[in-house]
Amino acid sequence: MSTEQTVLGNETQEYFINMGPQHPSTHGVLRLLLTLDGEIIRKVEPHMGYIHRSIEKMCEKDSYQQIVHLTDRMDYLSCHINNEAVCLTVEMGLQLEIPERVKVIRTIISELTRLASHQLWWGVMGMDLGAITGFLYGFRDRELITDIFEETCGARLTMNYNVPGGLMFDIHPNFQKRTKEFLAYFKKKLPEYEELLTGNVIFEERTKGIGYISKEDVISYGVTGPSGRGSGFACDIRKLHPYSAYDRVEFKEILYNEGDSYARYMVRMDEMKESMHIIDQLIDNIPEGDYKAKTKAVIKLPAGEYYQRVETARGELGVYIISDNKKSPYRVKFRSPGFSNLSALDTMAKGCKIADLVAMMSTLDLVIPDIDR
Amino acid sequence: MILLNFSIYDFSDFINSIDTWLVETFSPTIGHLIGLVLVGTCFLLFTALLGLSLVYIERKVCAFFQQRLGPMRVGPFGTAQTIADIIKLIFKESLITKQSDKFLFNLAAFVIMMAPFIVLSAIPFAKGLQALDMDIGLFFIISVSSIGVTGILLAGWSSNNKYSLIGAMRSGAQIVSYELSVAISLMTIVILTGSLQLSEIIASQSNGWWIFKGNIPAIIAFVIYIIASTAETNRGPFDMAEAESEITAGFHTEYSGIKFAYFFLAEYVNFFIISAVGATVFFGGWMPLHIGDATFFNNAMDFIPPIIWFFGKVAVIMYFLMWFKWTFPRLRIDQLLTLEWKYLLPISIVNLLLMSIVALKGWHW
Repeated sequence: MSTEQTVLGNETQEYFINMGPQHPSTHGVLRLLLTLDGEIIRKVEPHMGYIHRSIEKMCEKDSYQQIVHLTDRMDYLSCHINNEAVCLTVEMGLQLEIPERVKVIRTIISELTRLASHQLWWGVMGMDLGAITGFLYGFRDRELITDIFEETCGARLTMNYNVPGGLMFDIHPNFQKRTKEFLAYFKKKLPEYEELLTGNVIFEERTKGIGYISKEDVISYGVTGPSGRGSGFACDIRKLHPYSAYDRVEFKEILYNEGDSYARYMVRMDEMKESMHIIDQLIDNIPEGDYKAKTKAVIKLPAGEYYQRVETARGELGVYIISDNKKSPYRVKFRSPGFSNLSALDTMAKGCKIADLVAMMSTLDLVIPDIDR
Repeated sequence: MILLNFSIYDFSDFINSIDTWLVETFSPTIGHLIGLVLVGTCFLLFTALLGLSLVYIERKVCAFFQQRLGPMRVGPFGTAQTIADIIKLIFKESLITKQSDKFLFNLAAFVIMMAPFIVLSAIPFAKGLQALDMDIGLFFIISVSSIGVTGILLAGWSSNNKYSLIGAMRSGAQIVSYELSVAISLMTIVILTGSLQLSEIIASQSNGWWIFKGNIPAIIAFVIYIIASTAETNRGPFDMAEAESEITAGFHTEYSGIKFAYFFLAEYVNFFIISAVGATVFFGGWMPLHIGDATFFNNAMDFIPPIIWFFGKVAVIMYFLMWFKWTFPRLRIDQLLTLEWKYLLPISIVNLLLMSIVALKGWHW
């Protein structure tokens, strides 16, 4: 209790509130222990583990092909990118030559996944701020992407399209046509998103200058992805360590220096445009060839340590595998973006209101199974 | 005999003849008593019907904005959906949290219904269709509608839930602040009419509605009224009290079953009331659209019964309010209070002054 308050004679008492594990805007079973003074947040303590499935431990008894399936269940909104991360690590260990066709298809689908993830994020962001209509707009357009996925690999959310060495099967004959149709459609719909939220006075009031985090703090907490780039931290793995086909496409790394909720929002809005730009460059240039490199039925990585990073829709996902030349890894560690991004929440939220906390969490774009694993 | 007096254009003869018949058949005391019970029953039925239809309409309108169909399964076009919901709510277990103040907890659900129910009695639905036509009608509406906040505070306090308490405190601050702007914007029109009696306010609009006749201050007053009254009824984008993404459901988090339905019903009746008062004061209530001395046009407009004019205007205002709710994000509580105390209230006070000048100089029509 500060002296200021006692001098005034209005002694205030801090109190605790459990936000979650069942709460509409924690988007999963995350529990935040808030220390409040009235409506003002003094402290945010995230308590995790409500959806911990020990994925890393499970990986130690699974074959490398099976590990891919488990990563779907981490950040389910960028599942293809998670799959790709494991596949790239295994391929690096095996020193496999991956067909060009695979690289291009993986990149296109990764970007489509990123688009779908950002669409959902945009809808949820609106919903958290009280504009429920946006949620359904986001979902309406996301459906079209999941339809494309469904046609190509039979699944809409947890796709499992990647296998070490390539893809599970070739793309559907309609894939290119439908993707182009979608891009033409979504380029018209994106301004609608901007109309509904971006320019809105209430929205700007609720996000500009709220949830500030400096570039130094972002780096020290390891906040990556759009949340880090909103504070001017250039951390796009696609630019820094290009994988798959990212070295042959031209795209901008979106950077905003404001570090507030609005900057993080704008990064994702602009990233959607960049994703479409990347797909535009690749969709007509899918090289002919095999959809899978030849691999043995039982993959054994040579003994050693392997690390590969990719850029998911939420930030940097690192896959660290220690192999002892057996058919399952000795140890697997995932560096998930959500866990690091969540750690910055307390710094951002100090002194803000409860409503601001909800907006901030939304701009961090947390997926709880990604935090707990 | 009574039915002979029935006219869709003027209900006063019909109502009077019922009253006379009651008094003549029974003794005057009992006759009046039966009359009161009759009116009360009518309002109960009306409230129930209003709640049922408004919930359905809101869900359909909301679906329309969100590119969905809304309720479609129960009954043709889902019309029986709300009835099914009500049946479910009636049969649901009414839970009371441990260590909550049970008496206040139960009382709150009734207190919150009381305010809109009393206010309804002063609303003129059509010519001669008004339960209480007091000379302080508008003042009565403004003052009684503020009882509702007691119910919200009671509910939040007695629930023994921190979310409820936060919601109730937010809503207390919100309603108390925005009442000022609502009252002042309504007073702006009272300057022109010179009377608080609702029937006289309507009669003064027989040659045109105040929104058209009252010059610019009337339009400013209407805009302020719409913003402030939406905030006063805790509707989006000012639904701070029950911001579901922040404090789950605010003051009615712990309510279930039929008591929850009371909160829901009260919210919709309040919604109807603000639209009805807005329509009455700014758009002439049941008064058809008249333009000065254009007799032919005025007569043509008179063919449409007043009750349709009233409900039509109310429906249009409601539609706009629903549009706002399903478009805008929610404000934050401090921004909400800033909006009221730093912008709306000063503007409405200046507007009141402006209207006084307009009225003195006779710049209105």
